[in-house]
Amino acid sequence: MMKDNRMDLHTEPFVLNMGPSHPATHGTVRFLLKMDGERILHCETEIGYLHRGFEKHCENGTWTQVFPYTDRLNYNSAIQNNVAYALAAEKLLGITGKMPERCTAIRTIMCELARLADHYTGLGASMLELGALTAFLYFVEARELVWDLIESVCGARLTSNYVRIGGLSTDLPEGFAAHTKQVFATNRVFWTEFDKLLTKNRIFLDRMRDTGALSREDSIAFGFTGPLLRAAGVEYDVRKAHPYLMYDQVDFDVPVGFAGDNFDRYLVRMEEINQSIRIVEQVLAKLPSGPINVDDPAVRNPSKEAVKSRMESMIFHFKNTIEGIQIPAGEVYVPTEGSNGEVGFYLVSVGGGKPWKCRVRPPCFALTQAVGEMVKGGFLSDIIPTFDMVNLIGGECDR
Amino acid sequence: MFDYTYLPEPSLVPYLIEMMAKIMFIFTMNVGVFAPVLGWVERKQSALMQDRIGANRADVFGFTLFGLVHIATDALKLLVKEDFIPRGADRTLHYLAPFIALVPALIAFAVIPFGGQYDLWGHKANMVIADLDVGILYVFAVASLATYGSVIAGWASNNNWSLLGGIRVGAQMLSYEVAMGLTLVGVFMVYGSLRLTDIGVAQENFFHWGIFLQPVGFILFITCALAENKRTPFDVPEAESELVAGYFTEYSGLKFAMFWMAEFLEMVTISAVLVALFFGGWQIPFVTHAGLAGFFGFLGPNGAQVATMLVHVGVFWMKVLVWIFILMLIRWSLPRFRYDQLMNLGWKIILPLALANILVTGAIMLLVK
Repeated sequence: MMKDNRMDLHTEPFVLNMGPSHPATHGTVRFLLKMDGERILHCETEIGYLHRGFEKHCENGTWTQVFPYTDRLNYNSAIQNNVAYALAAEKLLGITGKMPERCTAIRTIMCELARLADHYTGLGASMLELGALTAFLYFVEARELVWDLIESVCGARLTSNYVRIGGLSTDLPEGFAAHTKQVFATNRVFWTEFDKLLTKNRIFLDRMRDTGALSREDSIAFGFTGPLLRAAGVEYDVRKAHPYLMYDQVDFDVPVGFAGDNFDRYLVRMEEINQSIRIVEQVLAKLPSGPINVDDPAVRNPSKEAVKSRMESMIFHFKNTIEGIQIPAGEVYVPTEGSNGEVGFYLVSVGGGKPWKCRVRPPCFALTQAVGEMVKGGFLSDIIPTFDMVNLIGGECDR
Repeated sequence: MFDYTYLPEPSLVPYLIEMMAKIMFIFTMNVGVFAPVLGWVERKQSALMQDRIGANRADVFGFTLFGLVHIATDALKLLVKEDFIPRGADRTLHYLAPFIALVPALIAFAVIPFGGQYDLWGHKANMVIADLDVGILYVFAVASLATYGSVIAGWASNNNWSLLGGIRVGAQMLSYEVAMGLTLVGVFMVYGSLRLTDIGVAQENFFHWGIFLQPVGFILFITCALAENKRTPFDVPEAESELVAGYFTEYSGLKFAMFWMAEFLEMVTISAVLVALFFGGWQIPFVTHAGLAGFFGFLGPNGAQVATMLVHVGVFWMKVLVWIFILMLIRWSLPRFRYDQLMNLGWKIILPLALANILVTGAIMLLVK
């Protein structure tokens, strides 16, 4: 007689507190997990550990003083936030169509460089957490090279503070095109090595495929944007849907997945790296010459020489600095395609030199709220790739 | 238990001297050389793979010695660190666990021959500490004892992460020990012995090396051995991104160092077993023992034996080093398994393949005979 060995062992779920200081919950988030052994029964996501009152900060500074704060939203791609804010403020000013061509082109280049840096960091860090430290360091090296480029333009690697309302703080340096070409050549090698190490690796595939999947409908319902939405099969990219900067003048593809799992998310990001390189190369090839700032001293400060030699210029400089750029009353929302999804600024002005309201729509917030749904029923280890693909940036999510 | 057959009757003193010398030698090699130096090798090797420089900051009067000084600073740091025991932990077991983990790692090497047998001034010296006739089974038995250390550490820490790590380690070790034992049955069948010295002697002919006679067994064994070693891609019990540090999350100072040392020593032991079973042990390809002794004939009979012994021992450690290097290459290249995938691999893939390997080996042996 075979004894029935499915004895009724008394088990009960236990609560596991993952984070806020846990190696995998970078960006400072907390998961309250209800576990049945290794299986996740329920996952509660708690955010807000990095809240520092971004919106209130903005209301207390001039329009220009907001830029350093935007750097600290998604610090992996700071310039994109700079650009998004500048675009919104310029729309409020009504100078969107009057921006110099060179300024728009350089902004496009810098946005895509920031996207490269962000994807290199995000993908690399994900691999680090899956245990592939070597792949991580290959992409960190690639990111460092991109940061070298950004540093050569604006002097800062991480928090760039590069863009200004109505222009840019500096022009591209000498030999930027050649430097970029050289960096891209190296980074293509890193990309290939990374791809060879992982994309067809059986262990990697098992970890990524069918984990953290969310259907197309659910992704839309949760308000997903960016690579995660595209991985679920929705071809929505702000750069194509609502073109801004030079995106309607360059040729690039939007990679789209179909399964909506972590592997598709990985593939979408990998391909976006190539597309960003493509965009930068195209824009660099037809980079227009000319000024980088609008010719309006009430918006963009006159040059230093003018300020020190001409009375009117000095007055404008003084007024712009002390009182801030005067932006007429109104409200505006401008969406842009950030590395993780739609980054949009909602600005309200009641006239005067300070924003009355500066609200940012962070892509991570919508993605993070779905983490519980994505990992439910999975294994504890599935949180790792899922959360890495969400790529939560605390600075942006918690503001 | 010990096999005293090779012991010449009246000479207990040379026997004791030989025994002590061998134990001292292995202990020095493992604890004094390998455990600390492997930490440095691992840093430098991973740095090499990852286009980095690696640890090179610590110095003594300006000499960094390629980062070797870090060994001393590491040891000093671990010595003076606070020995932290979390509240609610089982203090006795928390203390005991690292010892239970380390001691098996230290003694597992006892049966592995690091050289052949040599006639030295009428005394027959056998380059193995304990020439047991159960040989490799002893390694398995001792290695599975080490599992207790990890499981107890996980249990005694009063921490959910440690507990999960402890459970994982228990399940993983149990699963892979079964598979590992079976992967080697083919080797025992081919050589007709469990005694590692016999297997070593049988590999004097280059084409009788384990890798040629048991290629499938070799691949299966190295997979299981990696899993037993708990290093990437099998470092599920200590997966730092999931379980912080798994079962030794709550350990610091020297007790942490003991777990760390146990891991490195296990790596040395695994490499040594690999060499002893599949890569000819101390043998040099196409050079017989007698041939080598003949080459050193100009040193006189005893001198020739001593020279042969030194060459053989050197060759053995060289092979072990190569294997440690390969194990590290694997460790730095691959991502980590998920817990259930690891179990599937062990039970559903390696175990059936190991059984099939035994069957095929048996069939071929029958046919050849």
